[in-house]
Amino acid sequence: MTDINLIRNFSIIAHIDHGKSTLSDRLIQLCGNVSDREMKEQILDSMDIERERGITIKAQTVRLDYRHANGKTYQLNLMDTPGHVDFAYEVSRSLAACEGAVLVVDASQGVEAQTLANVYQAVDNNLEILPVLNKVDLPSADSDRVKQQIEDVIGIDASHAIPISAKTGQNVAAVLEAIVERLPPPKGNRNAPLKALLIDSWYDAYLGVVVLVRIFDGSLKKGQKIKLMSSGATHQIERVGIFRPKQEMLAELGPGEVGFFTAAIKQVADTRVGDTVTDDKNSTVTPLPGFKPAQPVVFCGLFPADAAQFEDLREAMARLRLNDASFSYETESSAALGFGFRCGFLGLLHLEIITERLEREFNLDLITTAPSVIYHIHLTDGSKVELHNPADMPDAGRIERIEEPWIEATILVPDEHLGGVLKLCQDRRGRQKNLTYVGTRAMLIYELPLNEVVFDFYDRLKSISRGYASFDYHIKGYEAGDLVKMSILVNAEPVDALSMIVHRTRAESRGRAMCEKLKELIPPHLFQIPIQAALGARIIARETIRALRKDVIAKCYGGDISRKRKLLDKQKAGKKKMRQFGKVDIPQEAFIAALKMDEN
Amino acid sequence: MHWPFCASKCPYCDFNSHVRAGGIDEARFLNALLRELEHWAALTRGRTVRSVFFGGGTPSLMRADTVDAMLDAVSRHWPVEAGAEITLEANPSSVEAGRFRDYRAAGINRVSLGVQSLDDAQLRALGRLHTAQEARAAIKVARRTFDRFSFDLIYARPGQTLEAWRAELGEALALSGEHLSLYQLTIEEGTPFAQLHARGKLIVPDGEAAGCFYDLTQDMTDRAGLPAYEISNHAAPGEESRHNLTYWRYGEYAGVGPGAHGRFMAGGNRRATSTERNPERWAALVETGVHGMIEDVPLTRAEEADEALLMGLRLTEGIDLGRLAARTDLAPADHTINELIGLRLVQRSGPTRLSATRTGRMVLNAIVLQLAQSFVPAKTTQDTTG
Ligand SMILES: Nc1nc2c(ncn2[C@@H]2O[C@H](COP(=O)(O)OP(=O)(O)OP(=O)(O)O)[C@@H](O)[C@H]2O)c(=O)[nH]1
Ligand SMILES: C[S@@+](CC[C@H](N)C(=O)[O-])C[C@H]1O[C@@H](n2cnc3c(N)ncnc32)[C@H](O)[C@@H]1O
Ligand code: SF4
Ligand SMILES: [Mg+2]
Repeated sequence: MTDINLIRNFSIIAHIDHGKSTLSDRLIQLCGNVSDREMKEQILDSMDIERERGITIKAQTVRLDYRHANGKTYQLNLMDTPGHVDFAYEVSRSLAACEGAVLVVDASQGVEAQTLANVYQAVDNNLEILPVLNKVDLPSADSDRVKQQIEDVIGIDASHAIPISAKTGQNVAAVLEAIVERLPPPKGNRNAPLKALLIDSWYDAYLGVVVLVRIFDGSLKKGQKIKLMSSGATHQIERVGIFRPKQEMLAELGPGEVGFFTAAIKQVADTRVGDTVTDDKNSTVTPLPGFKPAQPVVFCGLFPADAAQFEDLREAMARLRLNDASFSYETESSAALGFGFRCGFLGLLHLEIITERLEREFNLDLITTAPSVIYHIHLTDGSKVELHNPADMPDAGRIERIEEPWIEATILVPDEHLGGVLKLCQDRRGRQKNLTYVGTRAMLIYELPLNEVVFDFYDRLKSISRGYASFDYHIKGYEAGDLVKMSILVNAEPVDALSMIVHRTRAESRGRAMCEKLKELIPPHLFQIPIQAALGARIIARETIRALRKDVIAKCYGGDISRKRKLLDKQKAGKKKMRQFGKVDIPQEAFIAALKMDEN
Repeated sequence: MHWPFCASKCPYCDFNSHVRAGGIDEARFLNALLRELEHWAALTRGRTVRSVFFGGGTPSLMRADTVDAMLDAVSRHWPVEAGAEITLEANPSSVEAGRFRDYRAAGINRVSLGVQSLDDAQLRALGRLHTAQEARAAIKVARRTFDRFSFDLIYARPGQTLEAWRAELGEALALSGEHLSLYQLTIEEGTPFAQLHARGKLIVPDGEAAGCFYDLTQDMTDRAGLPAYEISNHAAPGEESRHNLTYWRYGEYAGVGPGAHGRFMAGGNRRATSTERNPERWAALVETGVHGMIEDVPLTRAEEADEALLMGLRLTEGIDLGRLAARTDLAPADHTINELIGLRLVQRSGPTRLSATRTGRMVLNAIVLQLAQSFVPAKTTQDTTG
């Protein structure tokens, strides 16, 4: 067990892509944890999808042994965190286990929306913050300007900010020194009853359920009987260990240390992130405050393209959920799409990642419906229902009022794109709360209805600002709104999976955009197809797909027949992939068309 | 019988045609063709030959004695029906027209000329080697030399206006005999035209515009007494190409030569054959074995039904569903047929006959797809004598 004064626990936090994982690589290498042969870029991003997209999704912890110039060897517990807003809760639980945070700011870009969101969380957790200016190897890097920004916008002292290049390794050693010298060691009492924070847990094919903990008081040993305080469940510790990032077994973990244990726990669901772990007999009387579990905020339907794959999909979701409790699902049935699941996600990126993993890792072909948020519907009889699926909307006559979730968004945008961004926020029913400047960039605080954001807000923001705007948000609460259910009728029949809830003032433009998009996506048939958007019985938008005019092969003789038959087979397969609705074949993409709508 | 060589490659063409700058060893290919013909004779004993078609490529590059030797072999291997249709595809250059008399002497009684256009600028744009004047001359020679002749035009070409086509087709109808093939330009994958098309450098009428071209073509040929008997083929009644009718009526045919396809019945199954496409590799295969076939497979009933439908509905006369059911035990579902009848895209033209209407023929791919997807076991009560 390490002397507590020789321990430093820190998270690396930053805006997306500012170089957290690359800095982690350098720190891991400098401390000699990984041989050159085993080293690869962003080594902590171990999931295929993380590596392909070059982003971190799950926070990762690794222990380093660092020998300081003062001759002492320190135990550093590094937590690399994701930058994307969807995974903000990964940051928050990492921060709860640390005394310090290394704040990475890309010196060529400066402070961005998630820089702020993450650093404020760290300040709220009373962490010591160590600013680092990364990517100074880039010609566009401007350390002085960015230092000034950190001081002006975040309000912390940046005079000692360390300029580095995580990519080339330049000056990274100074970061290690500063971690030891400027971040405080943890506090804790070895003799007090065990008190540990359950940071995370997941299922490992070899170890079973693995629980990541930070010990505050006492110690955790093999054979010890522990108690999970929220449920009172007790377990016998089987293994205790750390990640380097390879697993390494230890005899025990003491105060201030971060590591994992296994204890023949059956399911990940039996462990609650944020819970306090204590000794069964000698329990602590002051459990840790813990933190709120991550709540799904965006919902959509997932249906197997091939109805026969419904059970496979169920199994795949159960498997994925083992390691991702933030994603939820329940069965749903749709007249258009058959049996499937209504799933909840942390945001659109999370949605995209889960569906991609389901398709790739489990070889499924999925139809995704337009994303929606949770509405609170107050009925005239005084009861309240939570609506996850627009198709389940009660009759208008029974509804007293509908409330929708609002967010508070922080947007940083270069001055020249401000006008476009203001217009976007205004169009999305936003309420401006604040507008200040960070150098030549505007910092906007807006309140926005979440349902206006889950569609294509982020894509639009990026395109309006040519990629320069950054965006972060958190849920603020529910507010009543003039919301209506918009149905989409294809060939005069309503298609439940295409219905959506919209604000009355936005219904017409949404309806028009949706009809136009469907007109593009549904191929011409042998007859003309009207596409309509309706509020109740009132049609608010209409498009017509004209009947196919010409589709025939000019030459077809004896030598062409095999090829044409194969072509016919291909067309048959293509048609099978579409959903038949009435007499109309609707391609799978149409069900998520609302995501990619351009209303302008 | 497939002759796979051409003097140059046209930029729109995806036929199995090859240019051999160093010349062609015609004797070698003749021998190989004769050898493969012999193999086919063994496979199809007891049949009678009703038609022969020399297609390509450019068969009119063959010497007349090559054609003669092949027709001679045909008549040694099979009984040949009296008045059998013996067609040769010819390019309308003056050199080739000069061989027409000798082809007739060899036994050819019908030619099909690849005229493509009657406008020199258009012919150049299509990469053709002949001029409009040569084409007109070749048509004259063909008319004088053979009992029957036809020629091909390609329309709905890049930049072509409806008016220009009206004039060109008018002239063609004046020059024509009893048969015409009128093809809308197809952008075939892998051709230079396809590349240009993908880059937006070649724009052809599609959708509504293509429909107008087709309508005009039908109107003019109807009035001239050469109605369509197939999507792209027009003839005076009785003057249809018997050989090509065999394909569309899904009869039996031997496919001889590189890249040729065949269909024939054996052991209660319809078999599908195809040969090696590359001419030299094909010849080498024939020389080491007895044929150049790389595929000879029995078709399933469902495949047979698809093919019969795909081919049969191209004909104005349509397809006999009774015969189809008798052979494959499959029939398109009644509700699908009725739906298409309701849309005036198909019609019942006899107790068991189904045909596409003129509007229907324009969207035949979609109709065939819908009918093929609806195939159900044929009702035993269905009249199969039709
Ligand atoms: N030029 C330069 N590029 C860098 C440097 N550090 C990181 N990068 C690049 O920046 C990109 C993002 O780096 P990551 O380390 O994945 O960033 P991250 O902050 O972990 O990103 P998320 O986990 O997705 O939030 C990669 O392409 C890196 O190669 C640096 O010092 N200089
Ligand atoms: C086997 S080809 C060749 C006959 C001869 N080699 C010639 O080109 O004249 C038969 C006919 O198909 C037509 N054809 C070839 N390629 C075509 C295309 N891409 N689109 C439309 N018609 C085509 C031409 O009219 C051609 O005459
Ligand atoms: S001459 Fe005929 S077969 Fe030869 S390349 Fe041209 S179109 Fe094709
Ligand atoms: Mg990362």
